[in-house]
Amino acid sequence: MASRSLVEQPGRAASQRQSMLRHRPEIVLVPAIFILIVAAWELLVKLLAVPIYILPSPTEIWRAFRDGLVSGTLVEHTLVTLQEVLVGFAVGSAAGLVVGVLVTRFRLVERTVYPYVVAFQTVPKVALAPLIVTWFGFGMLSKVVTTALIAFFPLLVNVIAGLQSVDQDRIDLLRSVNASEWQIFRMVRFPSALPFIFAGLDVAIVFSVIGAIVSEFVGARAGLGYLIQVNNYNLNVSGTFAVLVVLSVMGLTLHLVVQAVNRRVVFWQRDDRGSVVGA
Amino acid sequence: MTVTTQAAIRIDGVSRTFVSKRGETVQALDHISFDVDEGEFVSIVGPSGCGKSTLLKIIAGLIPPSAGQVLIGGQPVAGPRSDIGFVFQQPVLLPWRTVKANVMLPVEVLKLDRRDGERRAADLLETVGLSNFANHYPMELSGGMQQRVGIARALVHDPVLLLMDEPFGALDAMTREHMTLELLSIWRAFRKTVLFVTHSIAEAVFLADRVVTMTARPGRVAEVVTIDLPRPRDLALMNTPEFGRYVSHIRALLNARGGLD
Ligand SMILES: Nc1ncnc2c1ncn2[C@@H]1O[C@H](COP(=O)(O)OP(=O)(O)O)[C@@H](O)[C@H]1O
Ligand SMILES: [Mg+2]
Repeated sequence: MASRSLVEQPGRAASQRQSMLRHRPEIVLVPAIFILIVAAWELLVKLLAVPIYILPSPTEIWRAFRDGLVSGTLVEHTLVTLQEVLVGFAVGSAAGLVVGVLVTRFRLVERTVYPYVVAFQTVPKVALAPLIVTWFGFGMLSKVVTTALIAFFPLLVNVIAGLQSVDQDRIDLLRSVNASEWQIFRMVRFPSALPFIFAGLDVAIVFSVIGAIVSEFVGARAGLGYLIQVNNYNLNVSGTFAVLVVLSVMGLTLHLVVQAVNRRVVFWQRDDRGSVVGA
Repeated sequence: MTVTTQAAIRIDGVSRTFVSKRGETVQALDHISFDVDEGEFVSIVGPSGCGKSTLLKIIAGLIPPSAGQVLIGGQPVAGPRSDIGFVFQQPVLLPWRTVKANVMLPVEVLKLDRRDGERRAADLLETVGLSNFANHYPMELSGGMQQRVGIARALVHDPVLLLMDEPFGALDAMTREHMTLELLSIWRAFRKTVLFVTHSIAEAVFLADRVVTMTARPGRVAEVVTIDLPRPRDLALMNTPEFGRYVSHIRALLNARGGLD
């Protein structure tokens, strides 16, 4: 690669760059808009002399962010929240996967359990966070439980949709050579449902971050949600913004990781298939 | 040893009724009876909705008949079997498996000897002209190539019977003609008993020893036409007057009872 770019004529490289811009203008436009917004923000805050406890300027947020990194508090609380998110996500989506499989495999489960699941789905899960903190305490456990509960439903709904939309011909193909139910599940149903499962995982990971933060708001001794509350209490608005930056980066990174794994695992699926969200 | 000539497949008074979602009963098949001999190539033609797919599924044991029975090698079909190859209208390849792994699917399901299976899969891919694509994924193949993978897969476990449900229906005319010839040479090589569903009369006549002509719903057998044309056959056969006579005879049968499509 490197040797090729050395040989390449400058004129050609420039024209390549130009055609790249024409086909994918977002590569330049997205960062350009970001810079524009940050610059306007900085300028307006300075010009209008907005007090720092109302809206800090980007430079002040950056300072708070850097201080948080240097002192280690930001890192420490980020790790706590990340752990809650990952454990809750893993537990919740695994449970959603298992229950989804059971619901589609067994008529009896579908008839008896699923109505409750559907009814419960309409309850906003974040509203349960205070109860869960009461039951499981101020530590990590209550955060993991809330997060898992929130991650559970997107998985459940998508697994069921995925398993139910398997092409009948694929099932007939397996049955035509006398395959067992388990073989049909393993060789056809489950892989066919993977695009849906990943759509569910993608929603679940983003919801998991929300779940952990809300649960920390309700009552915690550590984590980014806790840090936001402490900062707010101390009128440290730049500190709050610094946490928000970390949270956006965390959410975006987790989403991109799920997408990358999705592309690797479901390599045969080029276009994005419809997903059923299910909050 | 008793010398009784026994049909490879006997379809004996098979009827099938469906209950639609609105609760109406639809009779798809009405007392279908015919025999297929060992190694024989039998085409089934009939208007769409006359129950051709239903009949193949009953023969494969995928759905039960409402009345009557199917005998394969003298044994009644009671459920899915391990000695049938099924080719669908769509190739129905699993996109996460390579071409070779798709062909190997029956071997894995039936837990046959892997080494043997791989050898057969390689031979079959050679026969259908896809040796160079063994490690490709289905999405990298054209429709005709995918359907050839489907045919190789249907033969890999050495079934006694090959059921083909409009296998070339989704292909363009050129590819279709080419595949028809290819199927004849595969059949010559493997000498399987074949039941081939199509809605092309010419295709049915060109391929078959006999053509089962079915009428519109409820599906009944109008006539089983014996095609007395020499083999091996090539496309020039289609221009002969004998061929034309068979085609017009079958067309007349279909038109007399509701028409084709
Ligand atoms: N699972 C089913 N439930 C209800 N009706 C069905 C079902 N399968 C087939 N039918 C009906 O039976 C008839 C025959 O269908 P099919 O065997 O697919 O016909 P063909 O293959 O000849 O086009 C059609 O009217 C179809 O609507
Ligand atoms: Mg059909």
